[in-house]
Amino acid sequence: MQTKKKKRKNKDTRYFWLFILPWVIGFLSFTLFPMVYSFVVSFTNWNGQNMRDFIGLKNFIQIFTKDRTFWSSLKITFKYILISVPLNTVFAIFLAVLLNKHLPGRNLFRGIFYLPTICSGVAMYITWAYLLNGTNGYVNVLLGFLGVEGHNWLGDVKTALPSILFMEMFNIGTAMTIVLAGLQDVPTDYYEAARLDGASSFQQFFQITFPLITPVVFFNVLMAIIKGLQIFTQPYVMTQGGPAQSTFVYGLYLYNTAFSYGKFGYASALAWVLFVIIIIITMVVMRSSSLWVFYREEVD
Amino acid sequence: MKDRKNALKTFRTSDIFIEVVLILLAMLFLLPITWMLTSSLKTPEQLTNYKQLFQFPITFRAYAEGWKGGRFLTYIKNSVTIAGLCVTGTLISCSLAAFGFAKFNVRGKNILFMVVLSTMMVPTTVTLIPMYLFYGKLHWLNTFIPLTLPSFFASSTYNIFLLRQFFSGLPNDLSEAARIDGAGWFRVYAQIYMPNAKPALLVVLINQLVFCWNDYMAPLIYLGKPAKFTIALGLNAFKGEQGATMDVGPLMAMAFITILPVLILYLFCQKYFVEGVAATGIKG
Repeated sequence: MQTKKKKRKNKDTRYFWLFILPWVIGFLSFTLFPMVYSFVVSFTNWNGQNMRDFIGLKNFIQIFTKDRTFWSSLKITFKYILISVPLNTVFAIFLAVLLNKHLPGRNLFRGIFYLPTICSGVAMYITWAYLLNGTNGYVNVLLGFLGVEGHNWLGDVKTALPSILFMEMFNIGTAMTIVLAGLQDVPTDYYEAARLDGASSFQQFFQITFPLITPVVFFNVLMAIIKGLQIFTQPYVMTQGGPAQSTFVYGLYLYNTAFSYGKFGYASALAWVLFVIIIIITMVVMRSSSLWVFYREEVD
Repeated sequence: MKDRKNALKTFRTSDIFIEVVLILLAMLFLLPITWMLTSSLKTPEQLTNYKQLFQFPITFRAYAEGWKGGRFLTYIKNSVTIAGLCVTGTLISCSLAAFGFAKFNVRGKNILFMVVLSTMMVPTTVTLIPMYLFYGKLHWLNTFIPLTLPSFFASSTYNIFLLRQFFSGLPNDLSEAARIDGAGWFRVYAQIYMPNAKPALLVVLINQLVFCWNDYMAPLIYLGKPAKFTIALGLNAFKGEQGATMDVGPLMAMAFITILPVLILYLFCQKYFVEGVAATGIKG
């Protein structure tokens, strides 16, 4: 009996590997192998044509000590995630809380708020670039109704990045839906108990709702940071990094280094620096989670 | 119905205020698409009067002008081919991997699944540069292979995760009964689990379709010839040609055509868009 069970188990093991075989092949050839390759290349001065010479840590030393574009693009990217992640998270929670009230047209509103997220792409970025135009943009027309003076939003060093941040506020559909699902998961008797104790809606939100949706928010924040660090298409389509490099994010710098100048060695080093930054941030966020993320299992 | 009754009963002034806020926000969220559509239906003269959002009569001349030469037809064909292959590959390979991770108890499985999840952290550029060089060596640049081949090898971590969650939720009795009847694991997968996972598979299908349709960076790198452009690439190239013209009609017409398939899909399958997001978010 024992051996039969063991045999069965061995057979199952074989099937497990058969089922995940496509993933294994894909992981080895499209992830692990290129990762190792780009790691190796990052220690060379390869520019597409020349022989690959190993130059040790030279690329990395250059990046950290002499490369001003590295620091400026990194700064802009950090600025972007430091503002967009909290802003979009709060906005998504705000919308989800409003939608969680059973008001008329709730499903229609949810559908509308999710719409820009699925249509986000070049078509929308181009449209936004025209909407934010200084001479005949419709955003200025709307601001005119409110008596606010128009502005060339994408053409000004001070407002170009904030304009992209503003546009991205409309792409919170995913976060909003996740939070909304989380809210619907909160048992209603929690609120009834709180109401009996005389808690205000604000108190109810911060003492019941928010703690219970923190796991959901946490996952979302982490994904938003990883995505935000790699932002590329929006500035590429809308501003090409300008004006005066005010939207020249890390993704654009990396793309230019590799595909405009063919400096593959240096670009690989830049990509690995980004990877390490993502790992560090992920670890910090994971560590911090014990401070603010609340898992219901802990009390049940 | 019961919900609605309750809502009406407890309607307060604060609720009216919230309703107004929601309406205003909805208008703002709809603004870009509305502006895109109305601009595409105007004559060049109407467009100079930029302060008016809606103007009549409408005209489809911008669509005719943008469509001229038929290259957008090529872009659409390319995008449909790529998206079709990607979706097929993802459905097959990700469901296989997900089934493996959900239904077998093998030592080291959890560690391996951590590896799967951790690939989400790897920035695309780390793998993109070497892959670009390899594809160049294989003379695969300017073909659809770089954009579609990886999807046949479960390259979409998010979708593996989503399907694994779903398969894990299906009762084990399903497979045990069939196993006792002598069905092999592949039959259990294909004839019992896949048919039962239709809602989840539809979510994956939609996810992947929308992702492929909107994707920009990978096509930008792998496709250099206009004849191979996806619709996203083609649209941005079209914008470049239009330059600083005041007549945005044709560009907006083509932009609207770009988002139209996704829009239609969304109208009919809104439920699945939302469910996919909710499933991964909560159980994650």
